[in-house]
Amino acid sequence: MTPSDQHWFDEEAGPLVRPYALTRGRTTSKQRDLAMITLVVALQRVTPQLADNLEPEGLQIVTMCQHPKSIAEVSADLGLPLSVVKILIGDLIDRQLLMFRSAVTPDINVLQAVINGIRRL
Amino acid sequence: MAYADSDPNQRPGVRATAVKLLIAGGFGVGKTTMVGTISEIPPLRTEELITELSRGVDDLSGVEQKKTTTVALDFGRITISPELVLYLFGTPGQDRFWFMWDELAEGAIGAVVLADTRRLESCFPAVDFFERRGIPFVVGVNCFDGDEQYQPDEVRVALDLDDRVPIVLADVRQRASCKELLVTLAEHAISMATAAPA
Repeated sequence: MTPSDQHWFDEEAGPLVRPYALTRGRTTSKQRDLAMITLVVALQRVTPQLADNLEPEGLQIVTMCQHPKSIAEVSADLGLPLSVVKILIGDLIDRQLLMFRSAVTPDINVLQAVINGIRRL
Repeated sequence: MAYADSDPNQRPGVRATAVKLLIAGGFGVGKTTMVGTISEIPPLRTEELITELSRGVDDLSGVEQKKTTTVALDFGRITISPELVLYLFGTPGQDRFWFMWDELAEGAIGAVVLADTRRLESCFPAVDFFERRGIPFVVGVNCFDGDEQYQPDEVRVALDLDDRVPIVLADVRQRASCKELLVTLAEHAISMATAAPA
């Protein structure tokens, strides 16, 4: 929490404000539990109408998520911090343009699948 | 909770879920090299913005100021099957970013802690972190060219490791060696999960 009489100037404000401008100043997502390895995938193809109705970053996300991608990959590809990407993705989920799948708990079946998969590499 | 689907309306090929593991160890020990050797994509870098309290040395008022910094994480990806993707995250090297490790470690299979025998102490913090939290880990002794070779038992004594923690001599530039480290970790995680609680 920032007291209202405290102001940030210059470089203190810069890296904070600029990425969050994309989120209209929101710094936390009301979204569910989006984690670094939550997979997101587009529920729609990219159409001209969709392109007209989305911010450039939203359109980039829907375009790159035609196949499932983790939030970390979206963040890396967009060159935006994780926390910012989580907010943008949350908005796209609200608009039913993306769906998400939370990380799986690494139980014994998952671990065995990992072992088999790595041995096949 | 295994799944939380935001929409039951499935498109083909979207049943995939993900799991992760961590590659830890001191600065320059080969974490990113290992990610690059075994990942199916060139290592990617994501960033997180963090706000920390800092106190300027010339600040006579003693008022703490907030300062925003960026923590970078390098990671790679291995598609295990159409349903399962494995992500490998290198842990941030700087000690002051320890709190990031909690988010990284949450839900992870475990960790490969890389050790460099020329400066074993640089992996102490990582060993401590995973040991205290009961997170499965294996120690990979990265053998650089021309290194004095140590035996796993010597490393075990030097690191004061529990007998059950696997130690693997490794060369993280070699794919086969990275595979061995990952398989050893997953097997160790299974044995920890099936062991009778202490």
